[in-house]
Amino acid sequence: MSLEIQIEKKLPDFSLEVSFKAVDEPLSVLGPSGAGKTMLLRCIAGLENPDRGRIALADRVLYDSERRFSIPARQRRVGMLFQNYALFPHRTVAENVAFGLARMPSAETKARVATLLERTHLKGLAGRHPRELSGGEQQRAALARALAIDPDALLLDEPLSALDTHLRSQMETELLVTFAAYRRPALLVTHNIEEAYRLSSRMLVLSCGRIAAIGAKEEILRHPPTVEVARLTGCKNFSRAKAISETSIEALDWGCRLRVARPITTPPAFVGIRAHTIDFVEPSAGPAAGENIFPCWLARSSETPFRITLYLRLRQTTGEGCEFHLQAEMFKEKWTRFRELPEPLQVRLSPEALILVPE
Amino acid sequence: MDWSPLWISLATSLTATAITLIVGLATAAWRERRSGPMMALVDGVFLLPLVLPPTVVGFLLLLLLGRNGPLGKLLLRVGATVVFSWPATVIAAAVVAFPLMYLTARAALEQVDPHYLEAARTLGASEWRVFSEVALPLAWPGVLAGTILSFARALGEFGATLLLAGDIPGKTETIPIAIYFAVEANEIQRAITWCAVDIGLSLVLLAGLYHWTHAQGLGRAQWSRR
Repeated sequence: MSLEIQIEKKLPDFSLEVSFKAVDEPLSVLGPSGAGKTMLLRCIAGLENPDRGRIALADRVLYDSERRFSIPARQRRVGMLFQNYALFPHRTVAENVAFGLARMPSAETKARVATLLERTHLKGLAGRHPRELSGGEQQRAALARALAIDPDALLLDEPLSALDTHLRSQMETELLVTFAAYRRPALLVTHNIEEAYRLSSRMLVLSCGRIAAIGAKEEILRHPPTVEVARLTGCKNFSRAKAISETSIEALDWGCRLRVARPITTPPAFVGIRAHTIDFVEPSAGPAAGENIFPCWLARSSETPFRITLYLRLRQTTGEGCEFHLQAEMFKEKWTRFRELPEPLQVRLSPEALILVPE
Repeated sequence: MDWSPLWISLATSLTATAITLIVGLATAAWRERRSGPMMALVDGVFLLPLVLPPTVVGFLLLLLLGRNGPLGKLLLRVGATVVFSWPATVIAAAVVAFPLMYLTARAALEQVDPHYLEAARTLGASEWRVFSEVALPLAWPGVLAGTILSFARALGEFGATLLLAGDIPGKTETIPIAIYFAVEANEIQRAITWCAVDIGLSLVLLAGLYHWTHAQGLGRAQWSRR
């Protein structure tokens, strides 16, 4: 099955204009809050109508503005998992799951509900009301309810955002199991790159209503087409850049020349580097330490239980209101080896780690 | 003593409340899906019986349903007269109580998180199922409150009833009307008796209903707690 979407919809601040195709595997829709992600799902589910365009699922047309045609949400057979699950509070878990099965004979409904509850590990909770469930159980119940109608596509709106951190990785694993069994188009909206990366192999980056990137996740991470995509996919350091030879560039904001790993094909507008790929040169390394090594000064740092973020300056002073040039991240154990060394430290921006962004 | 005003009052209020509940709910559900400047006017019309003096409402109903009124003429053709009959007490009470039901039902329906309704739609539910199985149960405490208010208003109705239904003992004489004419005829003892009956009746019914809805209301409120 495939889900083909080509829609335009005017929103208060921008217009949603997307055109893409999702096949029988999960596709993450990544974007900042207010990029139009939820509206995209609502248009597919039939809860909103676009202004123009066409939506087709397998061999069924769900919406076509040219033919003034839109089938109502109840006939679309598109499963939707709402951000806060929207479990009916006055119905038990089993009654929630059975809601979409109203037209089946009751024995069949019972059997189907039992199978779904078994699969979602909710068997013992069938008689409970949603308020008596934990966040993870609520999500499972909502997912079972959405899957009960055997939907031709599944839409998940920030499925993990309402959960505590410790529950997230567990529910992530469960979602992966669900996806593996589902094998139909599934769109997963999230603003978390790590979630998107773990849950799907393909990614769509949405920015102000437009598709900023779509494709295999590794490819988008390695070669982001724009600074915004790079930033949304977790890259924290950028500098304006210009090519000065086939294998070297000048990073204008960082004030240094950098060698790149491969010959430049399209001239870069920016160069970026991910915080965790920035490295320091061991004092014992000597002159053979490698390329792209620059002296740096620590502006400030911030710690999490196991990691440290270092804000580095590439000159002793920075000027023009900018406090630091680079943001590096590493495990604290590693940092202890450099912490006591006299400044300046030697930072290495490895050619392989540099991301050249065309625009 | 003739107890007929008590039975007439109860029958009138209960019937009027039942009609108000159904019509008020249907109107509120219909109105909730619409918006626009015309709807403000519609709302105004629906709320008029609440702000107009009951005598005005009663007089307008009399003009409408009387022998020469547009609706009255239609009814005459099928051989029915409404004015000065028991149904007139029901109509008067229902019209006057309607705005209370409409207002509370609308507020209660508006409070239902639209995500529940949307979830029901994506699960294949018809609009009737969305309303009857999701919206209404979730709005029930508010709807019940509206029902109590409507019943109380119907039980106390006087002005519109007198104009439309008159004072026919054993037929249209409700407790408030019985009290009015007892006072007018200087039968103070009878007036006091009916006042006591009215107070007792209202207290018992309202306390009972309040107790019942409060227990229900608390149960429902827990749903929204996470």
